[in-house]
Amino acid sequence: MSFLELTGIQKHFGPVVAVEDFNLAAERGEFVSFLGPSGCGKTTTLRMIAGFEIPTAGTIRLDGGDITNRPPNRRNVGMVFQSYALFPNMNVADNVGFGLKVRKRPSDQIKKRVGELLELVHLGKMGPRYPYQLSGGQQQRVALARALAFEPEVLLLDEPLSALDAKIRVSLRQEIRAIQRQLGITTVYVTHDQEEALSLSDRIVVMSEGRIEQIGTPFDVYNFPTTGFVASFVGTLNVLPAAVVESGSGRLSVGGQEFRISRPVEARAGETISLALRPEMVTLGTGPEGSNVLRGTVADVSFLGSIVRMRIRIVDGVVVTLDVFNEPTLVLPQLQESITISFPAEGPLVLESVPVPVADVLALEA
Amino acid sequence: MSGGVQGLGRLGIMASWLKPRPGSEGHRRRRGSLVAWVILIAGVVYFLVPLVATFQFSLRPTPTTLAYTNVLNDPKFSGSLLYSFTVAIITIFASLAIIVPTAFWVRLKVPHLRTAVEFVTLMPFIIPAVILVFGVIRVYSAKPFVFTRTEFGSDALLVATYVVLSFPYMYRAVDTGLAAIDVRSLTEAAQSLGAGWPRIIVRVILPNLRTALLSGAFLTFAIVLGEYTIASFLARNDQFGVYLSLLGQNKAFEPAAVSLISFGLTWLAMIVIALIGRGSRVTVVGAR
Repeated sequence: MSFLELTGIQKHFGPVVAVEDFNLAAERGEFVSFLGPSGCGKTTTLRMIAGFEIPTAGTIRLDGGDITNRPPNRRNVGMVFQSYALFPNMNVADNVGFGLKVRKRPSDQIKKRVGELLELVHLGKMGPRYPYQLSGGQQQRVALARALAFEPEVLLLDEPLSALDAKIRVSLRQEIRAIQRQLGITTVYVTHDQEEALSLSDRIVVMSEGRIEQIGTPFDVYNFPTTGFVASFVGTLNVLPAAVVESGSGRLSVGGQEFRISRPVEARAGETISLALRPEMVTLGTGPEGSNVLRGTVADVSFLGSIVRMRIRIVDGVVVTLDVFNEPTLVLPQLQESITISFPAEGPLVLESVPVPVADVLALEA
Repeated sequence: MSGGVQGLGRLGIMASWLKPRPGSEGHRRRRGSLVAWVILIAGVVYFLVPLVATFQFSLRPTPTTLAYTNVLNDPKFSGSLLYSFTVAIITIFASLAIIVPTAFWVRLKVPHLRTAVEFVTLMPFIIPAVILVFGVIRVYSAKPFVFTRTEFGSDALLVATYVVLSFPYMYRAVDTGLAAIDVRSLTEAAQSLGAGWPRIIVRVILPNLRTALLSGAFLTFAIVLGEYTIASFLARNDQFGVYLSLLGQNKAFEPAAVSLISFGLTWLAMIVIALIGRGSRVTVVGAR
């Protein structure tokens, strides 16, 4: 039996289905992220774990006990909010100690624990300050310390970094992960930022329209997306319409140029399938022996600092995006220049379903 | 010499630059500022002239402080003031006890009902006080609710009616205070930390509404202190408004002195609220 189990969870708001058939089993100490676009049901699911919403159907079990209908103040679950939700009338120490006071711990114990937690989040001397005297990043650290102070069984974080600027976001997410590992606390993290989810999580639950699209490690979700939605939402992706030449050997063609993929395809010869191809799988030139080669013209070159992103038109309506690492000796191709690109046979993935019309959108960015 | 003339000429050109041209942004701003000053001065005159006149009138007897000494030595003055203070305090607490949980619950759980609740709290503005008190007397002087036969019953009716009168002011003050804080997140944060409803309201919500509560309390206090119609029909002659009215029927200068004293008390209460509000450390923070 897993530490945190959500079984057959559904949540309806009147006629609107917010979450449907959600199943998850998280182990003790695991860091699980819910990733998806706005309105996909990830926050609703988190709120059901916290007890702020009651599922329409299904059960939530924590360490073997059914907590589906237990009020939030009796769940022993810590939560960090996007808006920090620090109590403005209390100083930092009182905020952090609030959960312990509720549990009627002795004052010397509270003081000691508050000190430990503030040290943990690198705010050791901020105890007497009020929330309005802190920066956004500091406030969110206080919120984290407060949520951890009473030693909850599960830590829930609802887009905790989305209100912070980019640099603080990166440093704080590393801190969150370090603290989570140090304490070994089971954590559920909600985000719409794929980079955050990929860098933090042991497992990612990708959600769309209230349903789970895929559950897997960041490596699996990125490299082996099981649906078109996951493939397009996580990372940058080329979606190519390819005609099947020979299904058994995986021979396909785009714009009359043949290539091969490493797996046989289920579609019959003459049918069109959708292929997902990551930009980093594509290289300029003919590549090593055995690589697939396509010819095209340069449609666009974007300088993005550490990388240069190029868009190569294979035929009208079929564009492949590829990334090249920037270096001082790099010679950038000219627009409309004829060019050769290559990718390994293992690179493309056949998509089960594609959420966008492949005829006109061929390079998607999440 | 010619250099001096040239210099003056340059100054003249500069002066014409400094002077806003008609229709320019600067010209419009100056005209707007002038209009604002005229309105402000007119408002101050409109407000102060009656006060100055009342004060001057209250000083007419000989010695000049006679009206004030008469009022302050009148046991009915202190009695009515004490009575109205007591009624006001009870009204404030009763009103807070009804409005704070209601406004909190509406914001937290049924925000779609906010307009309806706001409309209900506005009823005292729509129903004149005389209609309200007739309704109260009619309902509560006959069985099974006979309140008007005893002093205590009438006092209770007076407080209950004042509580209703305070709704528009109290609800608005509290609702505005709740709008200034992220009620949902604060409540949920407290819940996730293990707090129950009483602790959430007392330790988290109320301290963050301090200024709003004081504003509502002050407005209620001012209404109760000056109210006449309801107290008069319920025969609560100790009520300050009724005392003031009765005094005006028998004396010439004392009502003016009493008006100024009550005005001073009201201002004192406002200053106290402003000072307490300024001491409040509640500042809304966090991402929205």
